[in-house]
Amino acid sequence: MSSWVKTLSRVLYIDLSRKQFWVEDREDLFSKWLGGTGVAIQLYKEEVPRRADPLGPENVAVFAIGPLTGVFPMASKVVSIFKSPLNGYVAESHAGGRAATAIRYAGYGAIVVKGSSDIPIYAIVDEEKVRFRDAGALWGMRSSETVGRVLREALPGAGFRTIMRIGRAGERLVRYSNLAVETYRHFGRMGLGAVFGSKKLKALIVMGRRGFKLPDPKTYREVYKEIFELTKGPATRKYHDLGTAANIMVLDKLGALPTRNLSSGRFEGAREISGEKLAEENLSRRLACTACPVACIHLAAIREEYEDEKYFYKIEFVPYDHEPIYALGCNLGISDRYGLLKLIKVVEDEGVDSISTGVVLAWATEALERGIITLKDTLVELRWGNWRNYVKAVSYIVLQPNDFYRTLALGVEEAAAKYGGLDFALAYNRVEPAGYHTGPLYHSSLAIGFRHSHLDGGAYSMDQNLVASGGPTPSPEEAAKMIIEEESWRQILNSMVICLFARGVYGRSAVEKALRSLGYSIDASKLVELGKQIYLEKHAVKILEGFEPEKMRIPRRALETPTPLGNVSEEYVRKIVEHYAKLVKEYAKKIESGNPEKCVSC
Amino acid sequence: MKRFVVVDSNRCVGCHLCVYACTNRFGYVGMGKSAIHVRSAGGVERGFVVVVCRACKDPPCARACPVNALVLRQGGGVILNTAKCIGCGYCVNACDIGAVMWDSEFMKPVICTHCGYCVGFCPHGVIALEEVR
Repeated sequence: MSSWVKTLSRVLYIDLSRKQFWVEDREDLFSKWLGGTGVAIQLYKEEVPRRADPLGPENVAVFAIGPLTGVFPMASKVVSIFKSPLNGYVAESHAGGRAATAIRYAGYGAIVVKGSSDIPIYAIVDEEKVRFRDAGALWGMRSSETVGRVLREALPGAGFRTIMRIGRAGERLVRYSNLAVETYRHFGRMGLGAVFGSKKLKALIVMGRRGFKLPDPKTYREVYKEIFELTKGPATRKYHDLGTAANIMVLDKLGALPTRNLSSGRFEGAREISGEKLAEENLSRRLACTACPVACIHLAAIREEYEDEKYFYKIEFVPYDHEPIYALGCNLGISDRYGLLKLIKVVEDEGVDSISTGVVLAWATEALERGIITLKDTLVELRWGNWRNYVKAVSYIVLQPNDFYRTLALGVEEAAAKYGGLDFALAYNRVEPAGYHTGPLYHSSLAIGFRHSHLDGGAYSMDQNLVASGGPTPSPEEAAKMIIEEESWRQILNSMVICLFARGVYGRSAVEKALRSLGYSIDASKLVELGKQIYLEKHAVKILEGFEPEKMRIPRRALETPTPLGNVSEEYVRKIVEHYAKLVKEYAKKIESGNPEKCVSC
Repeated sequence: MKRFVVVDSNRCVGCHLCVYACTNRFGYVGMGKSAIHVRSAGGVERGFVVVVCRACKDPPCARACPVNALVLRQGGGVILNTAKCIGCGYCVNACDIGAVMWDSEFMKPVICTHCGYCVGFCPHGVIALEEVR
């Protein structure tokens, strides 16, 4: 194994209960599992008991980077693994910004945050130590942006640090609150913000500017140049120009854009909230994560005149992407671009996940429309398109003034279980879905993907390929195989840790080449094998924590609203789930019997 | 003779690829040996500041050096004679724009030599090499 492993084998443990920290050399893990997801799941397994309360001190937040982080273009992400307070199982979330390179050049391959503090604190990690600080002055602050600004001005390290922090939502344990990174990026999904909140950890700052000597600078520079040219090329162009918001018009045209709680796949106001229109009217700046030439982060500027004084304005910056536009835009019937941006802004300030928030509010709107709940519950009239009231409702989810909002803060599954309307409550394994109603493969992948995310296996693009080719829908067995194979390969990208927007650049041979330039001797076929193994390791943990895939509710609404490939059949999805369950349960059994390596069918 | 210039920092997306390119010249990866520094102008929504030697004709850093380790470069700026440098750090304090970086591994300053290697890695036309008279 390459000596490069030593550049990332240091694991920093931060124990918030005892306000202590220590470093362990985990060359064993980084040699075997590369880094990122591969290593993070092992660290999680070592720390978290199967029945641990996600909001208790036994839970941990593991952050991990990989051998290519800060070394090759677009290896710019951090993986976090923790037990999700949204569904109670092991979960994973990724973020960009400066977090990956800050951890890298502070000299760590992973950080394990464990225990919980008695008082609100924040922690500052640098190349030598961890400092704990009283967060009393930051706790309860209305905007996560302000928290970021205060810390930015109070601390050193501008340009080579990350400021990860939670908003009020995390403090108040909204189960889908996020952890914001550099203001506009997030560990968005699965409630890492609430895990931080339960630990009374307001912020985690990491800074570092170490360097590492390359084993073979000449080869490295050649491979670097080659990959750099590709990252600028056509494979990533759309992310640079319009950003992920380019998808809105594409999906609307297909009839795959979830609208008004997925009662339709087309939105009459799509053009108004499209990537094209946002770029023409509101785009103010494009930003990049460290080491990424693409700059997919799109910020809109909105100018607002104060109601009480003419010519008195304020300008606010709002990040936009496909997911918030879907969840808080078309899915709530909002075509007023200004209103949509104001709604995204409050979601940012409060620190909730935009997808879950949008889906929860869409369910509440329909439930109110059908008379399942009343204005007494919602406090404001939730009506499609009425963004002003949605802005208020987002803060109610965080402040939880009544039983209804206390329940909404637990997610859509919990809300529908209590008030009714499960048929139109969109969630797989309690996780609200992303915005691609493309077809049966996508919905199946939400059921069987580790994160129940569109990014697990990228099945939304498999569906779109089927639409384009007009080819027959694969059998459930074939479909399961396709989705699992893709998710397995992505475990390698997630262990490097490469942004999935660069998946077209980092094919099997490019990854092999990059690793070889750093002295690794692994070949592409071994990487594929390792990807499968990491896939199984991860899913088996979830099974051993009690996840029962066959018992998962498939939301009726997802089956009733036609996709570009017709109506999704429940039987089809169930068959895929069965296939998946058989595979991962078999592996889980092998782990239980202490023999996971000998999985022959995998 | 050429000089490195920041053409328009408003085009900067904050990717730091120039910073990494600079460090790579020495057979390292990371930021610690880079002569360029990029940081936000007070929140990323305001854009970025690209801090790098502007090739002064009469550089204060050279005047501050007690051992004459900073030799005037033709076309502006300085060249560091590492053998002479004692690592006192006076040059760092002498530069008002903060363009004298510090290599904390070798305890020596890092100052742009205007080689232009980084320019090839800027995807958005922020930086360039220009001819000086």
